[in-house]
Amino acid sequence: MSKDLKRRKERLDRGIKVRSEDIFALSSWKVMLYLLAPRVLPFVVVLGFILFASPYWKMVLVSTTMFGILAISWDLLLSTGMVSLGQALFFGMGAYIAGSLNHIWGWPLWITIPVATVGGGLLCTLLLVPVLRLRGIYFAMVTLVLPLVLVRIIEATRILGGTEGISGLATFQNIGEELGLSLLAFLAVLLGFRRLMGTDYGLVLQGIRDNDRSVIRSGINIYWFKAQALFLAGSVAAFAGAFMTHAYMFVGMPVFALDYSILPITAAVVGGTGTLAGPALGAFILVPLSEALRGLGALRVVFYGLFLVIFIVALPEGIFHYLQRRYHQFERWVKVEV
Amino acid sequence: MSDMSEPFILQVHELTKDFGGVRAVDNVSFNLKEGDSLGIIGPNGSGKTTLVNLITGFIRPDEGNIWFQGKRITGMMPHRIPQLGLARTFQMARPFYQLPAYKNLVIPLFSRRVRNLTGGKYGDRDAIAIDLLEEVGFERDSSVPFKPASVLPHGYLKRMELASCLALRPKLIILDELFSGLSLAEVSSTVPIIEKIQAEGKALIIIEHRLRELFRIVDRVIVLNFGRKIAEGTPKDVMENEEVKEAYLGSE
Amino acid sequence: MLLSTLVYGVVNSVILALVALGFNLTFGISGIANFAYGALYILAGFGSWMLLNALGLPLLVSLPAMVLMTALVGGFIYRFILIRVRGMVISEVIATFGIGLAIVELFRYFGLVGFKYSLPVFVDGSFLIGGVFLDLQRAFIVVLGVVLTGTLWIFTLHTKTGLAFRGIAQNERTVLCFGIDSDRIAALSMGFGGGLCALAAVVILPLGTISVDAGYDVLLQALAVCIVGGLGSAVGVIIASFILGIAQTFSAMYLGTHWMMIVSLVAILAILVIRPSGLLGKQKELEERI
Repeated sequence: MSKDLKRRKERLDRGIKVRSEDIFALSSWKVMLYLLAPRVLPFVVVLGFILFASPYWKMVLVSTTMFGILAISWDLLLSTGMVSLGQALFFGMGAYIAGSLNHIWGWPLWITIPVATVGGGLLCTLLLVPVLRLRGIYFAMVTLVLPLVLVRIIEATRILGGTEGISGLATFQNIGEELGLSLLAFLAVLLGFRRLMGTDYGLVLQGIRDNDRSVIRSGINIYWFKAQALFLAGSVAAFAGAFMTHAYMFVGMPVFALDYSILPITAAVVGGTGTLAGPALGAFILVPLSEALRGLGALRVVFYGLFLVIFIVALPEGIFHYLQRRYHQFERWVKVEV
Repeated sequence: MSDMSEPFILQVHELTKDFGGVRAVDNVSFNLKEGDSLGIIGPNGSGKTTLVNLITGFIRPDEGNIWFQGKRITGMMPHRIPQLGLARTFQMARPFYQLPAYKNLVIPLFSRRVRNLTGGKYGDRDAIAIDLLEEVGFERDSSVPFKPASVLPHGYLKRMELASCLALRPKLIILDELFSGLSLAEVSSTVPIIEKIQAEGKALIIIEHRLRELFRIVDRVIVLNFGRKIAEGTPKDVMENEEVKEAYLGSE
Repeated sequence: MLLSTLVYGVVNSVILALVALGFNLTFGISGIANFAYGALYILAGFGSWMLLNALGLPLLVSLPAMVLMTALVGGFIYRFILIRVRGMVISEVIATFGIGLAIVELFRYFGLVGFKYSLPVFVDGSFLIGGVFLDLQRAFIVVLGVVLTGTLWIFTLHTKTGLAFRGIAQNERTVLCFGIDSDRIAALSMGFGGGLCALAAVVILPLGTISVDAGYDVLLQALAVCIVGGLGSAVGVIIASFILGIAQTFSAMYLGTHWMMIVSLVAILAILVIRPSGLLGKQKELEERI
């Protein structure tokens, strides 16, 4: 690909990165700053945002964290080898369960949300278990199709509020409580899942993605593990749905809309798949961006589509990986010994 | 069934598999006693790997049955069979490249079988993994077990594959072309490891193309050609068999 | 009543088959699931409309031109975008999905909604068949469907390119060894698929208006037919279109139009659970899939 075959690009860890391994992280202020800055910076930014943002933008932040959770849940599935084209399924399931429980039996939101989380995850896992055996593309198609079927059934049978949906649901006491809970949940999911993927259990999941025959011959039932991953991912996505239902005090057919399926994928592709933090980053970029561009209407989705294509082709590693790489490594041209 | 004084660890009876119009495995039967080693040889495409896939549950046979330790395993799910103690390697060994070598063994150590054998506690998986690697010849006090699998030479990867089998503490191991792609030096360092496994009383089925090395390790061989078993016996008997010679070298 | 439902059921089946043909071709030859298929469909529709109305070109020029242009777009999608992610199924799906999304929503953004956005029928009028009135456009569609299927049959069985297509479908690596350029074939398959899609569009769209949501519906219908029939199997597509087409028409007549799509979608789910490689799917490995 390069014209001049006598040189090649070499990537090396930066000096400060090497100096920061293990206990040497404490060796100097500069090293500690190097390690802490990328981890602390997002907190600082978000904190500043909270202090100075208007109530409207605080709502956007809530929305962002929930989309972040959706994106993280998508990435968890991907890390286990499952590509979902329908996070909306989990989201909508959680939304409807919470909304129905609140509307029909008047359960308060601190009961409906946990119930919707676990129940939604369980229900969706049971729906998807039959297709776990099939090649990835079929799983993808089923996840794409299921929310559409559910929407049309709701539309046709007019249950659960039909086309109008259910409104007037219970909500949080104030925006502060809502924002606080949403951020807490987001952090719990992000850090919890990252921790999980770092354990041996996480290795088994990633093994299923990379080389499932090898995992099978090691005496592990990959379908059981896939189902577990599906439940975990599905539950947190259902949580997001339940949370948003109570934030907006409304649940209706739009909860199964393509938007909730597309945005997590775009966020993950833009942010960088496989890291859980990448999709979160992607969500934090895309959701505020799309709010800012609200005036453009349907053009936003056009941009999502274009982002998807551009990133998957040109920058498949995603922004997170790219930034990580630039932060920790430097590149230079090296002469090739002939 | 088995009426021998020494129990058979594996009994394969009239196994047959068709793919579309091709009969990949044709009415193959053989038995293996506990602790014995059997070689399976045959020209390319003779159905050796398909036979292994049938035995280990990755493919369902059209006809025939398989018994492992007296238990019928035909049609069992492929993850259940290793849990019973039957491990296999893959011809195309693909490790988890970005993981260190010892971490590659975590997955078999995660299985239910290991949990049952260690009485509910895995123990320190990392330490067990390092021990296993030493058993297959990784130098102990070096950084080799900690290197990512992507930088290890082929011989090491093959032995890592073998270690994954050993992690399951199997009674029977099926090795699918373990020596393929190895240099003579690597083969000579791998043979003692296999002999050690045999000494521990594990049964082995070894599929190989490299006959000279194979015949040093096994004393019984079956030959497949076009899916059929055309010969069975000691290496010497089998190599003098006319049909076998024809299969490998072609007829006049 | 029953006869008329049956007649319209048959017509619906041929429509489904026509729609699914292009998608099935692309997947059968190069294994690419073209999730931008629906977008190409409405692209052909709106494009023809513009050629006819904005440029005032005659029907006999605009329609073939649009079919050709859509085919080119399909080929370009492969040549400039998909070629870079070839082999990585997830990336291919996401890339085509993204392209399709961008195109469909672009049309939505341009506000191309309304009755004025429709294509004219080729011939007006209708005739009686067994006591049922059938319009000539629908009759034309059936004839076209039969002719097209027959032509494709002959093509894949008797021409050099057709044989190459079948070769690739069966074993890509071997074909590469014969010196056939896999990328070129893949681009051609995307082009052919796009062209067939456009052909179906210009023939079927005159029956109603060109709606933006058809971009998604068409993709789902094509998916339904191909999955039920078995991806890659032309005969399977035909059988599946008839099963789905008649089921859809009957449920529309007796249950309501809402249920038409539900039938297709439920059929997809059912098939994937019961017999994943489709009724006549060639990919038995799917079922052997551990």
